[in-house]
Amino acid sequence: MLSSLPPFVLFFVGAIVIAFTRGTVRKLLILAIPLIGGLNLLFGVEPGLHLQFDLLGYTLTPYRADKLSLLFGYLFHLAAFLGFVYALHLGDGTPEGSVAGEVGEDDIVGNASAGLQHVAAMVYAGSALGAVFAGDFITLFIFWELLAISSAFLVWARQSERSYATGFRYLIIHVISGVLLLSGALMLAHETGSIEFGHIGLAGTGAAGWILLLSFGIKAGFPLLHNWITEAYPESTPTGTVFLSAFTTKVAVYALARSFVGTDVLIYIGTAMTFFPIFYAVLENDLRRVLGYSMINQIGFMVAGIGIGTSMAVNGAVAHAFADVIFKGLLFMSMGAVMTMTGRTKGTDLGGIYKTMPFTAGLCIVGASAISAFPLFSAFVTKSMIMVAAIEEHHYVVWLFMLFASAGVLEHAGIKIPFFSFFAHDSGIRAKEPPRNMLIAMSIGAVLCVLIGVFPTQFYTLLPYEMDYHPYDLRHVVTQLQLLAFGALGFITLVKTGVYPDEKRAIHVDAEWFYRKAGPWLVGSVGRAVTRVDVYVRSSVLEFVGLIMHAAKRTHGPVGPLAKSWPTGSMVLWVAILLVAYLLFYL
Amino acid sequence: MSQDYHGHEIKEPIGWLDKPNSVKRFFFAIYLICGALLAAEFLLFGTENVHPHPLEESMRFLVYPIYGFISFWFLVLVARPMRKLLIRSEDYYEGGSDDAE
Repeated sequence: MLSSLPPFVLFFVGAIVIAFTRGTVRKLLILAIPLIGGLNLLFGVEPGLHLQFDLLGYTLTPYRADKLSLLFGYLFHLAAFLGFVYALHLGDGTPEGSVAGEVGEDDIVGNASAGLQHVAAMVYAGSALGAVFAGDFITLFIFWELLAISSAFLVWARQSERSYATGFRYLIIHVISGVLLLSGALMLAHETGSIEFGHIGLAGTGAAGWILLLSFGIKAGFPLLHNWITEAYPESTPTGTVFLSAFTTKVAVYALARSFVGTDVLIYIGTAMTFFPIFYAVLENDLRRVLGYSMINQIGFMVAGIGIGTSMAVNGAVAHAFADVIFKGLLFMSMGAVMTMTGRTKGTDLGGIYKTMPFTAGLCIVGASAISAFPLFSAFVTKSMIMVAAIEEHHYVVWLFMLFASAGVLEHAGIKIPFFSFFAHDSGIRAKEPPRNMLIAMSIGAVLCVLIGVFPTQFYTLLPYEMDYHPYDLRHVVTQLQLLAFGALGFITLVKTGVYPDEKRAIHVDAEWFYRKAGPWLVGSVGRAVTRVDVYVRSSVLEFVGLIMHAAKRTHGPVGPLAKSWPTGSMVLWVAILLVAYLLFYL
Repeated sequence: MSQDYHGHEIKEPIGWLDKPNSVKRFFFAIYLICGALLAAEFLLFGTENVHPHPLEESMRFLVYPIYGFISFWFLVLVARPMRKLLIRSEDYYEGGSDDAE
């Protein structure tokens, strides 16, 4: 029975039920739903078309399972489960030992919006599942928009003025992505007669292919379209950001892997994504925004892998997406724990808290090691697949950029995040460890980071294509360690020589400047110019009308010459003038 | 005894990094690891490589350590002038001034 139902159904029904429950019942439900759904998917669902019907001449496929969608299905159930374990304490008041109140963050957890967060996260996870099991573009569009709406509520759940504004910008950007998706899908249907969500590519699909790529690109955080990530992630609640980091961008990666495998332009877009965010990450003070930039950097590897398009590259891309959800989730969870217990997320405000939060610090370091691709951790076995594929396909310059970006990852996520939050100078903050459920969620994430790194062969069986890749050869291990150790040596020399930039209480403007400053300025300027022209035209016309009225008054007014006789006399006069004029023209 | 941002004295707890020479020892461990990895490079030179590589074996010597080290410096040396150009006050988008603190 459950196997024949699309996975999102359980989550959507669950969201309705948990909206009307409280306390322990709700806690049990939010844990049980992803667990039951995940186990059902793992043991009860085989690849195939499980739900398909015709509507208005089109074939809708709300439930299609294959190795690619199943991999993302497992991942999203796992992410939802981890997220809900992490969010279990919502509604229980301020955690014991939290000093967030010192900085006026009395409800940093978001207890006031606990129900909203649980329900929105459930709908959000269900929408992500709906999208990856969608077999047609109409179904995809519906879940694409539901993803946007449900996740916007997670931004608003912070209930601050800034989060409201950010949430609206976030929603507008994602609705634009949805509109583009629908437009591209309709154009594609017009050209091909099919709405199947399959391979599209850019060759022979005309504008439809480009529009769909743009739609997916917005959600994937393509360069210049990426700022919804760096804006929204730091503004959500500690738990909200953990959910946000898991689903939207990975649905986009899935969509690209489904429709644009082997599209060359993605290699260069992906490489740019690995490259540019690491400079911002060096400078950024808000550590959750640093992780936002880090997210774009990691998605860049996936996008480039999809662009390369070989079975090794695509396997690497989706495997890296899987690993990224876990290690990035772990890093966001550790920063969320810091935020929950201290009320702070900025490098300038933190430091020295490893003394009172040693477990959180240790778990953060595991996440940092995993994202930095240390041997025995997950990214070592997933990212290297993409880089080997780049070499196999002779993309040597791309490979060099990726190698540089790998060093950059160590800098911002491997060193900066744990260093500035837990070590560096002593900030004097004496917060305790976060609630037990947060520590458990982080511990599960940490164990998974290591398990994928230590037992890659078992993990590879989940990937869409057969392959024979052994990451643990001595040369690969030594060269990777050399890159990382000498990168760390570079960091030490930069700090010792004072070249490494200090953390500053400031922001660094990015592409969001165009719609937050330049756009409003342009609209304001055009509005002001139009107003000035309008005022000028109106006053000129009024002045002209006034002049006519004045002239009429002078001639026809009480003392005017034409008012001295009856209107018939005036009429005779005008007739005489017209006759004279006619005579003159005639002669 | 250390002090917090407000100048209040912090009595405890004493962390690992507060102990004398901890940072020096940590740095020394990094130097040691780097030295061991350089030695490994000499031992591995000329051995068979399982994965494909864009560089010839003779050109590959010490490439990864140098690349890792230089990447960090390049990253920071580019980021510093970027900061001068892009830095703004935290409330820049809420109508605050352009200048950061």
